[in-house]
Amino acid sequence: MSDRLLVGTRKGLADVRRGADGDWAVHGFEFAGGPVVAVVRDPRDSATYATFDHGHFGVKLHRRESDDAPWTEITTPSYPPKPEALDEREPMGQTVIPWNTEYAWVIEPGHADEPGVMWCGTIPGGLFRSDDRGETWSINEALWYHEKRPGWFGGGFNLPGIHSISIDPRNAATMVLGVSCGGGWRTDDGGASWRVATGMRANYLPPSEEDDPYTQDPHRVVRCDAAPDVLWVQHHCGIFRSTDGGFTYSEITDVAPSNFGFAVAVHPTDPDTAWFVPAISDMVRVPVDGKLVVTRTRDGGRSFEQVGAGLPADHAYDLIYRHGLAVDATGERLAMGSTTGSLWVSEDGADTMTLVSANLPPISCVTFV
Amino acid sequence: MVEAPLVTVQFTRNLQRHVACPAGTYGGATVAEVLGAYFADHPGVRHYVLDDQGGVRQHVTVFVGGSTIVDRARLSDAVGAGEEIYVMQALSGGT
Repeated sequence: MSDRLLVGTRKGLADVRRGADGDWAVHGFEFAGGPVVAVVRDPRDSATYATFDHGHFGVKLHRRESDDAPWTEITTPSYPPKPEALDEREPMGQTVIPWNTEYAWVIEPGHADEPGVMWCGTIPGGLFRSDDRGETWSINEALWYHEKRPGWFGGGFNLPGIHSISIDPRNAATMVLGVSCGGGWRTDDGGASWRVATGMRANYLPPSEEDDPYTQDPHRVVRCDAAPDVLWVQHHCGIFRSTDGGFTYSEITDVAPSNFGFAVAVHPTDPDTAWFVPAISDMVRVPVDGKLVVTRTRDGGRSFEQVGAGLPADHAYDLIYRHGLAVDATGERLAMGSTTGSLWVSEDGADTMTLVSANLPPISCVTFV
Repeated sequence: MVEAPLVTVQFTRNLQRHVACPAGTYGGATVAEVLGAYFADHPGVRHYVLDDQGGVRQHVTVFVGGSTIVDRARLSDAVGAGEEIYVMQALSGGT
């Protein structure tokens, strides 16, 4: 059970702790002014990694060895030289695709059998691997030079990017990715080759192209630790689930009050239990009727409950980003941070949510440590 | 053999929040040569100023003698002895 949270915000990193009285509170704030994009705890050695988007000065990564150790800057993944004659443009806006790390959207520890290995998903679409805890990185060439990769387009940002990396706990060589907008991908040979997932549906494309697997917009892909063949997806156009390890996805329909959102969390031991935080639609990204709720299924998506007693019931305009919803190893504690800087914690599977702060900067990510 | 002119390199204080980047004097006939010499001494600064392809970051500006450089991709703008290179942040790009 986790008594501590790290909360990445547009203006720094909040350290949130559960006190002896059971109340959660902001305990500290680091990197004030620095836009935090992703934070992860490495369960293999208890190091913590954070990625930043410093705007003017680019993407930077930091690591600390333990909770009380100082942060040190580590190497930022770097793209290979771009061939001079190459005119590569994002298909929707015709923006020239820079071969440059524009955003380090997600960082994940490698498999337990591969100590020191880290993975980083970036905009404009490069996947990077480090074998030395982020001191050096190399781009995954099989994916970056894949013939379909230049067809990916931006979703949320002007350029495409990898925001979800999920390694199969049973096999270090098996990994699933979520790409906005480039679909779901699976490798079974450690990244030497990739296969795109099927079954997602994109109604932002012309009807004849809706099923194109290469331009789907899965907003977030998460895996059940105890049943690794089950993955849940909050997609731009609805909710999807895979029961075959990310080869194929099936749509879950009839989700009230809405099937639009960004975040999803899955119970670590019960693959049928997952949580979502809906907004009205892609055109209106605010809670339905101004009432913030969590939608929870306990039966694999056959039915959903609207839970989260204690969340604001009217005039709430909070949106929860992709990495803004987290569940701890027990499946009982959840944390949720919003674009308007509100942070809630639940200790009962989201039946009730307790406000920790309403005054943080816009929240990009939350993670239990 | 003509020695390369010595040029002073200075950075915005805003960058010094993130990484140690003391002013220094280096030889070189172009911005690329002078900054290259600086980054050889201060390798941690390079990635704050240049992108993965070696061009100036979109929201960073380099001044030589009071004017912004023209060649942001290759930094081929000439510099003369006694001139100063200032690395500043653009006003765009903030959050």
